[in-house]
This record gives sequence, C-alpha cells and structure tokens, in this order.
Amino acid sequence: MKAKVYVTLKKSIADPQGTAIQNALGKLGYSNVEEVRIGKLIELDLGDVSEGEAEAQLVKMCEGLLANTVIEEYKYEII
Amino acid sequence: MKFGVIVFPGSNCDIDCFYAVKDVLGHEVEYIWHDTEKLNGFDCIILPGGFSYGDYLRCGAVARFSRVMAAVKEHAAAGKLVIGICNGFQVLTEVGLLPGALVRNKNLKFICDTVPLKVEANDSPFTSLYQKGEIINIPIAHGEGNYVADEETLKKMKENGQILFTYVDNPNGSMSDIAGICNEGRNVLGMMPHPERACEDILGNSDGKRLFESILNALEGSLKNE
Repeated sequence: MKAKVYVTLKKSIADPQGTAIQNALGKLGYSNVEEVRIGKLIELDLGDVSEGEAEAQLVKMCEGLLANTVIEEYKYEII
Repeated sequence: MKFGVIVFPGSNCDIDCFYAVKDVLGHEVEYIWHDTEKLNGFDCIILPGGFSYGDYLRCGAVARFSRVMAAVKEHAAAGKLVIGICNGFQVLTEVGLLPGALVRNKNLKFICDTVPLKVEANDSPFTSLYQKGEIINIPIAHGEGNYVADEETLKKMKENGQILFTYVDNPNGSMSDIAGICNEGRNVLGMMPHPERACEDILGNSDGKRLFESILNALEGSLKNE
C-alpha cells in the first residue's frame, strides 16, 4: 500500500518562502499570481497492510511526527 | 551544582555550554549522549544549539523522539530546571514542554549577529539577576527562529508573564517580538539567543553570564529551603 502525505503551513502562518517564490514568478511576468504556499510531499510505501490499517497509521504518523499541528496541516491519499 | 548538556547527533553548541558552566561558573557539568535513559543527580539540563539529526523534516522534530527526551520530560515534570537554547528551544517546542513553534525567519536569511534583548520578566529562575526592562546584548545565529503561537496561547503567555525576553529590533518576524519564553511552571526556558556565547568580557560580552548565575542562585535557594 502506498501513500502520499501533504504537509502545509496553516493559513494563519505566514509563509516567507511562498512570498519569495510569488515575487520571483512576478518577475517572470506572472503578475496574476495572488498567492504561493510551499509545503512538503512525503511518499510512503506502507508494505502489506489493509486500506483501513494504512489510514489509521497515516493519521498517527502525521499527528506524531510528519506534521507539527501547531503550525501545519496535513492531508494524505492512499494510492 | 550539577549541570548536564545533552548531545544529539548534530549538536554544535554543546562545548560552548559545557565551557560556560565549567570554566566560567566553576560548576560541575557532564555531557549526556542522546540515547541515555536516566538523568539522575542533575540540577539543570541544557539542550544546546545546533542541527540535531540534520534538522530533517523540521528543526527538532526527530530529536524529540530520542531516548533522552523521555528522561528530560521526567526531569521537567519533577519541577527541575531545563534550558533549551536555539535548536534546544526548537526541540522543547516539538516535544511539547514549551508552547508554540519556530518557523523560517521572515526574511528567509540565516542571521548571525549580536542583538539587543529586553528582559520582560525577572521573576523566573533564569532571569532573577537581571532588572525588569533591562536591555542586554546577546548573540543570535539561526535561520528558523520566528516564533509563532495561536492567539489564545499568546494571550495566556502574556497573562502568566511567560515571555522572558523580547527583541528590541525584531530580526526574524517572531510574534510579539518573542526571543525567549518559559513554561507555566517557570522551570523550563527556551530562547533563540545564545547566552553561553556571552559569558566573558575578554570575548567582548558577558551579558549572558547572569542568566547562568540566576540559575545557580535559584538552585542554591531551593537547597536552603529543603
């Protein structure tokens, strides 16, 4: 079972990297870009587990390590 | 008094902390490797700066799971003193001993400088020898020292006087100019600036020495009360 976890800063947390990229895109001519947010993509191979188990594990992994829920949000997809 | 300096793979201010305690203050200090299970006989534990576990994923995120951190939590729960400096502060927020989190500096730069700090509270074991409102100069060296917390947490910290140090000229974007905080129990300190690098006049600055002397004062005071 494979999964992808996306970790992003909460909307309430400023993302200076995103702002820098937005400015750079503006210099490339994409002045229409209104916001850029940078996050992390974590790909996991969970081995031989059921979809239910995979989901239960992913929630625990995200809450325990992959995301810091003080500042970040996460979502995952099981492939 | 006996201090312990935790050494994670990637710590790089451990020797400075050890030196400040042993050579400047003349007190006993030991290095504690990250896989140590028990912390017996230590009065104060220091989590030094550096890049523990390469700062992979997030600063302090992996260090949080090292074996010694369970012992550090027990040490703190017993009301004993813990200081986290720079990366040590990041580890303390990740492990939940201090509120909030530290994110990328607002200007995206790693800042290495000496900056003025305002002592916001001196009713803690870490700041008792400073005057409230006093301005001190302490070195900083970090890329992720931008302190964030939700509004409710900030409000509570202000009400409890948990903000011990603020930046006079906020270098990194920290909310409420926060440079250093303590927990509600006032026995756990986290700060991005490096007091251990400002302990000797011959090195140009000894404003950080009083932080360690405050700790000694508190420890000696608590011994007398026992």
